[in-house]
Amino acid sequence: MTKACNSGRKSRSGEYHSPERRRFLGGAASAAALTLVPGVAFVSLAGARPPYQPVSDEHRWGMLIDANKCAQGCDACVRGCVEEHGLWGHGRPETDAQWIRKVTVRDKQTGHVASLPLIQHCKHPPCVDVCPTGASFRRADGIVLVDKHICIGCRYCMMACPYKARSFVHEALEEQKPYAPRGKGTVESCTLCVHRVDAGGERIPACAEACNAEGHRAMLFGDLNDPESELSQSLAQYASEELRSDLGLNLGVRYRGL
Amino acid sequence: MHAIAALQRRLLLAVTLLLLAGAVPADSGGVPLPLIPKGKGTQCVEPTPVIRRDHMVFLMHQRDETMHAGVRTKRHSLNECVDCHVSVDSAGRSIPINAPGQFCSTCHSYAGVSIDCFQCHATTPDSGSRPPPATVHAWSKTQGHGLQSVPGAATRGAEMVSAGEGSQ
Repeated sequence: MTKACNSGRKSRSGEYHSPERRRFLGGAASAAALTLVPGVAFVSLAGARPPYQPVSDEHRWGMLIDANKCAQGCDACVRGCVEEHGLWGHGRPETDAQWIRKVTVRDKQTGHVASLPLIQHCKHPPCVDVCPTGASFRRADGIVLVDKHICIGCRYCMMACPYKARSFVHEALEEQKPYAPRGKGTVESCTLCVHRVDAGGERIPACAEACNAEGHRAMLFGDLNDPESELSQSLAQYASEELRSDLGLNLGVRYRGL
Repeated sequence: MHAIAALQRRLLLAVTLLLLAGAVPADSGGVPLPLIPKGKGTQCVEPTPVIRRDHMVFLMHQRDETMHAGVRTKRHSLNECVDCHVSVDSAGRSIPINAPGQFCSTCHSYAGVSIDCFQCHATTPDSGSRPPPATVHAWSKTQGHGLQSVPGAATRGAEMVSAGEGSQ
């Protein structure tokens, strides 16, 4: 993730282990880094969160998907996601899990065809509103997740989601990835590669990584709350839109070139 | 006849006792205890009596912290338990930790407590490195995905051309 030094820029909530001390140290480290090597963007120094520190709303992770750069017929993002999370299917597309999908839309008036991958992460997610157990939740940094420990598989969230972002695991699974537990009888969806986000550093979600590897660079991942991030600057510079903005869900993923 | 039957009974008892004795660790005071495969390193993250009694409490606490707050400390992480306690077969491949005779299942079957963790969680550190049998790479050899439309997925006046595009 592209992330400039910004320790101490905002107040942090919910910190453990003397936040003042860390803020001071973080600020000092950022200042030192900036002073010593001017002009070099330190990506992971201030952005990395220690593993014991809970997530806060200091960051809000999001993505900008440029449909003009997204190639028709390319499914690198989908394959990247499948391989990252072990979303092996049974050849039954109606029920196999989909965390990201490619969709092609055509403007009836102009005939303009856009190809785009679909993922969301709402700020006001309907799936969280309807969940009877609290399993569907939005993390402080904007990632919408399912706590499969308390998911009862009722699938209300799947009905509530206007984007059909969620899948239900119908069959017993094996060979799950250690960082991506999945199991029968629970609902799941894109995690924005939360294991990568939590690890910090420069690792971006698998879909965006795969897109970059193909050379399309259609998926830009970053911190919406950081005005210095490449994502925020790009959003500020060029027009973009969210899907079904009339619903007022304030999506973490925005699109360009639709 | 009675004498022979009695001798047979006595022999059977002796053999049973001998077999039991083999399974009993020296310091168990005669009660058969499970033989647990030894983990890596010399000491668990908690003292052995504590982790034996309370491992489920540690795991439950850690699971909520990790899931909801993104806390990724390794001390009480289930993945770390598996990494440390997994056994390796003669071919050098990890044996699932919930397989019979392995670290988790030995005690759990002895105590008669079912274990649900591994319906979802990986049973070996290298789990998922290859697709399990009878599965296909999702989206390969499939066209579409049963979703014919996402309501208003695009800008107004647009129509869905195809979903799940990019299938091979």
